[in-house]
Amino acid sequence: MGQSTILRTHGLCKKYGDVLAVDKLDLEVHTGEVFGLLGPNGAGKTTTTLMLLGLTEPSAGTAYIDGLNCARDTLKVKRIVGYLPDSIGFYPDMTGRQNLHFTGQLNGLDRDVCARRAAALLRRVGLTDAADRKAGTYSRGMRQRLGIADVLMKNPKVVIMDEPTLGIDPEGMRELIALIRDLSVKDGRTILISSHQLYQIQQICDRVGIFVKGRLMACGPISELGSQLQSEGYYVLDVRILPADEHFATLVRALPDVQNISQDSDGMFHIESRQDIRTFVLDIVVQNRYSLMHFHQRGGDLDEIYHRYFEKAGDEHEHASVSGPGKAKTPAGN
Amino acid sequence: MNMHQFPALAKQKRLQATEWLRLHVAKPRQDTGAAQHSGMVALYKKELADHLSSKRFFIIFILLFLTSTASLAGAISNIQDAVSQSSEFIFLKLFTTGGSSIYSFATFLAFLGPLAGITLGFDAINNERAQGTLNRLASQPIYRDSIINAKFLAGATVITAIVFSLGLYVGGAGLLLIGVPPSMEEVLRVLVFLVIACVYLCFWLALSILFSVICRHAATAALAGIAVWLFLSLFMSLVASGLANMVYPLDGMEGMFNTASNYGMELALNRISPYYLFSEAASTVLNPNVRSIGVVTMSQIEGALAGALPLRESLLLVWPHIVVIVALAGIAFAASYIVFMKQEIRA
Repeated sequence: MGQSTILRTHGLCKKYGDVLAVDKLDLEVHTGEVFGLLGPNGAGKTTTTLMLLGLTEPSAGTAYIDGLNCARDTLKVKRIVGYLPDSIGFYPDMTGRQNLHFTGQLNGLDRDVCARRAAALLRRVGLTDAADRKAGTYSRGMRQRLGIADVLMKNPKVVIMDEPTLGIDPEGMRELIALIRDLSVKDGRTILISSHQLYQIQQICDRVGIFVKGRLMACGPISELGSQLQSEGYYVLDVRILPADEHFATLVRALPDVQNISQDSDGMFHIESRQDIRTFVLDIVVQNRYSLMHFHQRGGDLDEIYHRYFEKAGDEHEHASVSGPGKAKTPAGN
Repeated sequence: MNMHQFPALAKQKRLQATEWLRLHVAKPRQDTGAAQHSGMVALYKKELADHLSSKRFFIIFILLFLTSTASLAGAISNIQDAVSQSSEFIFLKLFTTGGSSIYSFATFLAFLGPLAGITLGFDAINNERAQGTLNRLASQPIYRDSIINAKFLAGATVITAIVFSLGLYVGGAGLLLIGVPPSMEEVLRVLVFLVIACVYLCFWLALSILFSVICRHAATAALAGIAVWLFLSLFMSLVASGLANMVYPLDGMEGMFNTASNYGMELALNRISPYYLFSEAASTVLNPNVRSIGVVTMSQIEGALAGALPLRESLLLVWPHIVVIVALAGIAFAASYIVFMKQEIRA
């Protein structure tokens, strides 16, 4: 790869008492990319971001951002890393603009630099009209946008966002996502987003890491993760035909590598198989003169990838604790 | 970090170095120390502005101002009696004389002053946490301790402003009303008293900041602070005499022998309370005629000439008190500092 790595962790661990919140995390984020850290609540995403900022000390392992040790050079790291926490708050008695000025002063910026930068950022996030209102009156979406402006006050190389899309209405979400995308494309900043909201992440991330129970289950571009799943022999094909009769099911079941076929209440067939059987199914449809209403191979979207990896993590967990037999699915190899 | 492993990174570092030279040699004020310092100053200024514009500062200041006025009125009405006993140090009597039903300024400050300290500190940290501003603050390039340092310093500044403005108000208004100019010694004594009062209030500030670090809710922290304040100021003397009477009973024949031990124990227990320490220190510093604190035997008094102590001797008398008050403030702040530094930033 010709890309340089700006963020790198090696064997990063964090223990809270007996609970292992982050388990030997090896992560690499390239300069200028948008990286999505996906996982359910309590997977250790926030802990990881806090360790990257030096706000929590790792129990073991190292993390480097731009060549700076996150646990030791915390001040230098915080100068180049902007952090947008999930529950972002502002001083309610200060206006949006004053809040930004204050952040600028904390970063040692001159007064006029602060004022200029704050005005430009407020325009960029579309808060110019509300800039001189008290931050306590802002809506959730406005707070989030002010949060982005706040992060950009220090002109960071890396921006870490913790659940940035939580509790935002769809329209606000669209704007927010465009804004985040801009940070990467126009400004060339590296962005690390941790989230459990898949669709939003899917739209903006170059690469994602799936994080379950403190461990990174998979990491790569979304398309690659999809094909990774398929190469492990798991295909689901959704087919809707007219007439939706039993004959079709019997014909499909006779195909090699078909594991299961089921029909849901509105007539859609779900065909699980170990191979790509699309051509065979199409043949059946054509030869038996069914009219085809819907034909979709699952596996390409993040939702499924996510779901599959969670299942795997769950399986592994059960294997580890019960070591019961009868699990057909193989645990993740990577 | 091993640079050989990441050639790309090493190259980038070199690039950064040249960029750094280009950017920073021209304006060297961006070095770590200066930037860190400016962050702390920014935080301190903001805290100070918050305090001075807050309603609660206004309320507590008005409260203290009114009680000071009341105590001054009491002092003026009773100062003739006081002067008839001894005509020395009339200026100081403004601070130590109370009315028939009103306490003196020194007593008021000892009792109500802590409320100012508690008010300024009880939501220092937990409110930042509740607002969600603490993690934003902590992710800025400032050391974590500058957050709590700035908060304490801002509170201490406000306390100093309150104490000195009240002290100067009572002194100035009193001077106008009684018309007896103070001697240098008296002025110095008042200044020493005000400085001790500042430290005493800073102890309460530090204590309430400690509660604000420990307690998640501002209300809990405020109640905890007020509970400690009420206990140490009002009930400690009852507990002290109760315990002393239990350990050294004063009834019957044995009581005769126990008197000294009983009093000694009661005094020792009372001196746990910073309220008592401050009261003793204040009355000694403001009244040159106080020649001893604690028990004095007849043989010690024998042959002594009644007379006022110079300031130096008065200070020497309560030096342990002053040291302990300073130490208590230091310990309370150190405790809140340590707890805060060890706490997780996340909610």
